[in-house]
Amino acid sequence: MIDFTQSQLERYSRHILLNSVGVEGQLKLMNSRVLIIGAGGLGAPAAMYCAAAGIGRIGVVDADAVEVSNLQRQIIHFTKDIGALKVMSAKDKIEAINPDVTVEPVRAFVQASNIEGIIDGYDFVIDGTDNFATKFLINDACVMKRIPYSHGGILRFNGQTMTVLPKKSACYRCVFHKPPPENMIPTCSEAGVLGAVAGMLGTIQAAEALKYITGAGEVLADALLTFDALPMNFRKVKLRKNPKCAVCSEHPSITRLIDGQQIVCDLKK
Amino acid sequence: MKLTINGEKKQVVQESVTVTELLADQGVEMPDTVSVQINGDFLERETFDTRVVRDGDEIDFLYFMGGGSWE
Repeated sequence: MIDFTQSQLERYSRHILLNSVGVEGQLKLMNSRVLIIGAGGLGAPAAMYCAAAGIGRIGVVDADAVEVSNLQRQIIHFTKDIGALKVMSAKDKIEAINPDVTVEPVRAFVQASNIEGIIDGYDFVIDGTDNFATKFLINDACVMKRIPYSHGGILRFNGQTMTVLPKKSACYRCVFHKPPPENMIPTCSEAGVLGAVAGMLGTIQAAEALKYITGAGEVLADALLTFDALPMNFRKVKLRKNPKCAVCSEHPSITRLIDGQQIVCDLKK
Repeated sequence: MKLTINGEKKQVVQESVTVTELLADQGVEMPDTVSVQINGDFLERETFDTRVVRDGDEIDFLYFMGGGSWE
């Protein structure tokens, strides 16, 4: 059962030393699959720590190419990668960090029509997207397919994250119900973000994936962790599953995935 | 009355305020997009105008945050 090479024993020695990870936990990591949606500010550090940890298979989903304005925070992409597809740039770095990892690059935007196929077979999903319609789509798809995932959001000096254990803990829709009207909430590309804040949040998301897979500690379920990096205050808001949640309650009103929910909501108003 | 808002103890002058009034009183930006929890329960947005906040209530305002990669 234990079939580490000498080089793997050395590579993962600091994990193996941890009581709650150990050889067993490291084997679990090496046999696991993590999907990272968005190879941007959150997905970059998340992918790098998952790679370093020896996650067996890492899927990376993104349709964009690297731009110079990405480099201030998307640390998996280097100056030489400008113009390259983000998924290919990410694949190169993941393989350079750890050749044990198999990378599955998916050049696509997730949509209602493709998301179920994309997330299928993964043990854990990391949401690194910057678009509320997509965040709700990832939540709904993960709840429906019972795949645990980490929500992450950042803006300026602030971050928020929660881990969703479908049907067991509060989901993103329990908290936020539906996407805000379009253009109401500024995005990082409009309002800015401190690069290191993206690193903090994406790293927390990676830690959640590693904890979930190894079973170490307790994941950030039924709680929303928020932080403000200016005073460097962290706060954990306790959450409960919303019994009226449109997607994860006993009698959900959302039973199939749809695109463009923002528009639907606007029409209802 | 005394309230706990986002983990901080606050003194609110009024003795009786609705959630809508409290959002305005606390200077919350874009109140239409904020999720509100009182004593651990989420409020339906439709009840913001009528739900009265009571002395000792623990209130959380939760904000939308995007971030990451533009999709």
